[in-house]
Amino acid sequence: MDAQIALVPLTDGIANGAIYVLIALGTVLIFSVTRVIFVPFGDIAALTALTVAALQLGRLPGTVWLVMVLAGTAVTMELGVAVRKRQLRRLPMALVSYAVLPILPVAVAAALASSGLRLPQLGQMLLALALVLPVAPLLNRIVFEPLESASVLVLLIVSVALHFATSGLALLFFGPEGFRNEALSDASIRLGDITITAQVLLMVTAAAALSGLLFLYFETTVTGKALRATAINRTGARLVGIRPRRTGAVAFVLGSLLGGVSGLLIGPVTTIYYDSGFLIGLKAFVAAIVGGLGSYPLTAIGAVAVGVLESFASFWSSSFKESIVFGTLIPVLLWRSLVSQQHEEEEEEIE
Amino acid sequence: MSGLPFDKAILALVVIGFTTAPVLAAPFTVTLLNYVGIGAIVALGLVLLTGFGGLTSFGQASLVGIGAYATAWLTTHAGADPWLGLALALCLTGAAAAVLGAVTLRLGGHFLPLSTVAWGIAIYFLFGNIPGLGYHDGIKEIPPLALGGMSLASNFAIYYLIWAFLAAGMWLLSNLLDSREGRAIRSLRGGATMIASLGVSLFRIRLIIFVIAAMLAGLAGWLYAHMNRYVSPSPFEVRPSIEYLLMAMVGGATSIYGAVIGAAIVTLLKNFFQDVLPHVSKNAGQLEIVAFSILLILILQHARGGVMSAVRRLAPQRVVPPPPAETPPLPRRSQPRAGTPLLIVEGAVKRFGGLVAVNDVSFDVKTGEIVALIGPNGAGKSTMFNLITGAQRPTAGRITFLGRDITSLPQQKIATAGIARTFQHVKLRPAMSLLDNVLLGTYVRTRSGFAFGASRLDRGEEAQAKAEALRQLERVGLLEKAQVHAGNLPLGSQRMVEVARALAADPVLIVLDEPAAGLRRGEKHALASQLRDLKDEGVTILIVEHDMEFVMGLVDRVVVMDFGAKLTEGLPSEVRANPIVQEAYLGGVS
Repeated sequence: MDAQIALVPLTDGIANGAIYVLIALGTVLIFSVTRVIFVPFGDIAALTALTVAALQLGRLPGTVWLVMVLAGTAVTMELGVAVRKRQLRRLPMALVSYAVLPILPVAVAAALASSGLRLPQLGQMLLALALVLPVAPLLNRIVFEPLESASVLVLLIVSVALHFATSGLALLFFGPEGFRNEALSDASIRLGDITITAQVLLMVTAAAALSGLLFLYFETTVTGKALRATAINRTGARLVGIRPRRTGAVAFVLGSLLGGVSGLLIGPVTTIYYDSGFLIGLKAFVAAIVGGLGSYPLTAIGAVAVGVLESFASFWSSSFKESIVFGTLIPVLLWRSLVSQQHEEEEEEIE
Repeated sequence: MSGLPFDKAILALVVIGFTTAPVLAAPFTVTLLNYVGIGAIVALGLVLLTGFGGLTSFGQASLVGIGAYATAWLTTHAGADPWLGLALALCLTGAAAAVLGAVTLRLGGHFLPLSTVAWGIAIYFLFGNIPGLGYHDGIKEIPPLALGGMSLASNFAIYYLIWAFLAAGMWLLSNLLDSREGRAIRSLRGGATMIASLGVSLFRIRLIIFVIAAMLAGLAGWLYAHMNRYVSPSPFEVRPSIEYLLMAMVGGATSIYGAVIGAAIVTLLKNFFQDVLPHVSKNAGQLEIVAFSILLILILQHARGGVMSAVRRLAPQRVVPPPPAETPPLPRRSQPRAGTPLLIVEGAVKRFGGLVAVNDVSFDVKTGEIVALIGPNGAGKSTMFNLITGAQRPTAGRITFLGRDITSLPQQKIATAGIARTFQHVKLRPAMSLLDNVLLGTYVRTRSGFAFGASRLDRGEEAQAKAEALRQLERVGLLEKAQVHAGNLPLGSQRMVEVARALAADPVLIVLDEPAAGLRRGEKHALASQLRDLKDEGVTILIVEHDMEFVMGLVDRVVVMDFGAKLTEGLPSEVRANPIVQEAYLGGVS
């Protein structure tokens, strides 16, 4: 392969890498704040792409049902807690965050579907994002908040199980067909011998911009700093008045946003099925592991590397693509275990 | 395993039940039972790995696949005997787990589980894309098993083989858990520091149990291939791995019987779902896994002990019989001659970033002495303690023990060299009996490995270790509570159990981290007199303490630290009279 030909998989790889950057950053963010390794991240991306597809076809997206089921469960749980602990004061806030906010975009989507109106393309994308945004925070409320004191291992098992539940429900609500979304623009520019599409440029700039915003958020805002404080030391954060539950919820909203945007970006370049999210999410994990589940810059570098590797791997041998990408985990882990210090691990009893 | 007639009766009933079951049951039920048996073999490995080891694997199905494909390929392409296929299956799964474990187990505990997800997917795609393995069509016409000329081609015949392997696996595993290495496995969740202080290599134990779990999966895969006579990639992806994990968790991840109960529940549920769900929706193909996932989440949220934890509450508590009276004692270490320098600390420095916690401290401890390292809060005593026991490495300086440089040895090697320790915040295994806790101390003095423990060849040494543990419990006055769970004792007694555990290691030097903290006056007196007795037996003791009163009447020599540096050292009376020490403890007198 000469340099000219190599440029094609390289640009593809960087574009895919941009998607993995977003998901991997979200993974690291949620893990460091809540100790949950959120495996269903890729599913969030896939759900967003499928939602856009449904809106573009003028159908009522299946996300609507998913959000309503989740919101109903969360509200029931909140009601239970409020009654049991006699804390009726917490109800209005809970209703707003777990029922009103998630249901608003659902109502908009339902109204559109019944009236037959179509939003412009950008509006469809924003609505899809708004529909999917509550999914991860609701899952957090329903599944992970009751497990606050559990070990990382238990949280991980739950998280993997949650992926299978989410993707199974996605099949129920969206069916087995795959969709490819329309791109915002079909334009492309020529740089020497290679063509770069506007979509690729959009993917790379969006990933860079969101990563930059995330950095500014951590550095300059009080909530951002609270997130960092919780990540560094939960007990310490609690002592200065930061509520880990709250920062956890914020982390899930942010993560959901990152996952949603990556879904919007990947929709026009790949055909997305109900179960496509798993592989996307896992590739982002490889990147997060490069960063040791802690370092944002290393994670971003790892994500681009995974994207490029995947692209070259499919160029050489498309049938062994996945095996090559996941197989590289072994040398990566070896390298990590050589450079990192051993930590004292948490203790946990099953019974 | 104990000789109660009640147990034997139950065992006999179970054996009769399982032997006659296929004769009485319908053919389809036998097939289901075969799947239960194969699932239980995989779940057994996960019980060991997850329930006891605090690790997990989301790639067990891919390991089952390696076992199944290994034998399928060997017997069809190379025409080899299926029993050779078993050898290949076990070798390949064991080797795969060893490589994966070796690169992940030194990292935090969640790296192994996480990489098993990716690993499982990589293997699954390999199955479907390697030409010799028949792509997505798989390998057909795998020959049936035969045993001594008798064909095991029918579901009925292979039933006995599957359940015999399962029973053997359960027997070996329950022996293992009741052995020297098994106690170490059961302690894995007690934290890295405690494990290392007992001379146990956390990495080695975890690696071995991961390999054992993988080989059990390989065995299951071999049985599966020769039962079905056909393999294809789909039963070996990540989704069935979740089912195996669910089996272990439903049954009860800390019970060997839980694996069988869990496998039965999940297999029957799966069968039920496959009958019912297609009527619910045409897109219900995945609802089975949705239901399983939700079930798994609910179990982890509300009933982490599974079915067996409820059963165990009803069952009578087992009483471990005492070792035979004529048991010879465990061999003892030769103690160095009294008065020779034992532990020498030279110019120890420990910096944390800009903070100097220990600054150029030197002192020594001679054989047969009791020495106290004292100082006000924040003096650097605990850091010094960590440097001696290997929990932290000094930035500079040198620590010598028995003439050997131990400055950069890991904790576990230092424990093996003959330094036993106790913890300021007691670290016992609350759900294990006092006897088992103290037996952990004998780990460094005994040798039986995994194979010996699993096959019960370790009984002689076990009896010796048990006798030793009981002797140490008697010494600290807790003999009659030997069968009680450590978590049920008051703090003072727990601390004495830690001392007994340390003594069971037959140490040359025993280092106590603030042993008087949290003790009542009476308990302190009892502890002090125990320590005096130990000294009379020739054990050297180093106490890190800030309770001056406790230390003064007990020790031979005192080393005083303040602000990370050594202030002074001398006889207790000299130190007490020293105005610099008084100032450090009480603030300026002027």
